[in-house]
Amino acid sequence: ASHSKIDESFWEELEEILIMADVGFEPSMKLIERLRDRVRKAGTDDPARFKEFLREELETIFKAPKRITAINPPEVVMMIGVNGVGKTTTIAKLAYRAQMQGRRVLIAAGDTFRAAAIEQLEIWAKRVGAGFYSKGAGADPAAVAFEAVDKAVSEGYDLLLLDTAGRLHTKINLMEELKKIQRVCGKKHPGSPHRSILVVDATTGQNALQQAKLFGEAVGVDEIILTKLDGTAKGGIVVAIALEHALPITFVGLGEKMEDLRPFNGKDFAQALLGT
Amino acid sequence: MFESLSDRLESVFKRFKGQGRLTEENIQEGLREVRLALLEADVNFKVVKQFVDRVREKALGQDVQGSLTPGQQVVKVVHDELVELLGGKTSAFDVKGSKPLTVMMVGLQGSGKTTSAGKLALYLRREHKMKPFLVPADVYRPAAIDQLTKLGAQIDVPVYPSSTDMNPVDICRDALQVAKDKGYDLVLFDTAGRLHIDERLMEELANIKAAVSPREILFVADAMTGQDAVNVAQSFDAKLEISGVVLTKMDGDARGGAALSIKSVTGKSVKFVGMGEKLSEMEVFHPDRIASRILGM
Ligand SMILES: Nc1nc2c(ncn2[C@@H]2O[C@H](COP(=O)(O)OP(=O)(O)OP(=O)(O)O)[C@@H](O)[C@H]2O)c(=O)[nH]1
Ligand SMILES: Nc1nc2c(ncn2[C@@H]2O[C@H](COP(=O)(O)OP(=O)(O)OP(=O)(O)O)[C@@H](O)[C@H]2O)c(=O)[nH]1
Ligand SMILES: [K+]
Ligand SMILES: [Mg+2]
Ligand SMILES: [Mg+2]
Repeated sequence: ASHSKIDESFWEELEEILIMADVGFEPSMKLIERLRDRVRKAGTDDPARFKEFLREELETIFKAPKRITAINPPEVVMMIGVNGVGKTTTIAKLAYRAQMQGRRVLIAAGDTFRAAAIEQLEIWAKRVGAGFYSKGAGADPAAVAFEAVDKAVSEGYDLLLLDTAGRLHTKINLMEELKKIQRVCGKKHPGSPHRSILVVDATTGQNALQQAKLFGEAVGVDEIILTKLDGTAKGGIVVAIALEHALPITFVGLGEKMEDLRPFNGKDFAQALLGT
Repeated sequence: MFESLSDRLESVFKRFKGQGRLTEENIQEGLREVRLALLEADVNFKVVKQFVDRVREKALGQDVQGSLTPGQQVVKVVHDELVELLGGKTSAFDVKGSKPLTVMMVGLQGSGKTTSAGKLALYLRREHKMKPFLVPADVYRPAAIDQLTKLGAQIDVPVYPSSTDMNPVDICRDALQVAKDKGYDLVLFDTAGRLHIDERLMEELANIKAAVSPREILFVADAMTGQDAVNVAQSFDAKLEISGVVLTKMDGDARGGAALSIKSVTGKSVKFVGMGEKLSEMEVFHPDRIASRILGM
């Protein structure tokens, strides 16, 4: 709604907007506290300037440094996350993007559990024109990872994208399996996997905080990709994740096609959060 | 992880020891905790507002019953109210009536439609001796047909041989005919995931509905969904008039506030709950279990 100045009713409405965007109650309070501070310091009560403050504040919150390490190719990236968030599709999108940049990409079918997960990934690899490695359904995912890294090294690929089965962060044995996948990569190719990307569905509510925490504790999360932002969900939970875990959000998914991936932009995100 | 509502209320009400009646004054802070607990469980903001008002009304003026503390008393009011709202007149899954029983699965991408179709086939065959037929009508997602076909093979349930060059409406119409010819008495239509704002694909669902007149249209919702759950459910309901909800992925630590939110805005109850990736991991819905879960009890 339109406010003529930044007063209590303005802050109340902002609280509602943030909670409805899945930022969460406590993180919303934290964010509002910081914004009140900014407004006070700027000595203004003009709502027209508020967007600028929010954008600046979110930029600060999202400013977690991307971990950049010297990478001895091939670069190995592990996609992780709970069931159905968009890991496999996002691999296709990242592969497409890397190929456009002239890199040679290998995709490995580490989800050997879900029905037709391998076939799904293989169709994507063909469409994108990337290399594909699979050991078939039911194979040990760690063995897939080990051999895929071997293939990537010996055949001179630039990038290996490793798909993993969706798993709820509360399942201890499945989280152990992820650790094992990570370990064997490092054995074959020291320093790898270089990155673990946690895929978060923008429709997710407060549970995503637990996802970030427990995946982080198991294998370490280096960055987050936020999928399904083409719907009406705002994905505000990443604000809470950034506040609590200081993780960078690198890309957003905006559809089901391989082109539908954009670098994360804090400014656009702030804009969308306010629904403008 | 979260502090349970009971613990929070106990500490809030400590000071009111000995007061016999719940008054506007002494439950104010307690209601604040109720509101917080519901928001943390992803119950929709607006639904929370209405709910807290109802709880206030119910609780006000109540005598604190013998053995209960004021905190326990409020938890009881909240819990009972939740169970009532979640359950209401539970429209049980009606397996009687004309055959074949036709069920259409709809929902957002990745919510668990295909898996739930397989689970329902297994469950209804086991519990009601039905002869299920699975119909893959997702021609968009890579290997979606293959996925349902493999699930069917796992549980030895026949699957209609769709292919990606067919039209989803034609697939469903033809599959229904096949089911009738072969004497299957349960037909499960698995549709592609789609956004509620995708007009073309929402229209496709309406066309499938018109072609096969399914007796049940189940909206499949991920338990981890946040505030937007109500928008999505409302849109699917407005377009298709859903008959119930399947709440998936409740085997993790999601609170499942989506269940209450969806019920509140559409009036449609959760009928089944997904409790794992395996096809045997599905339960019928128990309002009291979800109520306790939402409250962290
Ligand atoms: N609208 C939309 N749909 C998406 C997006 N990303 C993925 N999807 C869809 O979400 C569904 C699940 O995607 P997958 O890539 O299979 O997800 P996953 O995490 O690999 O799933 P599991 O392997 O089963 O855990 C599919 O229908 C995708 O087409 C996105 O950015 N927007
Ligand atoms: N842990 C858990 N995982 C589930 C449950 N139900 C489904 N899944 C998983 O969630 C993911 C998505 O399930 P699907 O059945 O493919 O979902 P869908 O709605 O058909 O997806 P689209 O067709 O892409 O829209 C898969 O990894 C399933 O194994 C559940 O109750 N618990
Ligand atoms: K989901
Ligand atoms: Mg996958
Ligand atoms: Mg499906």
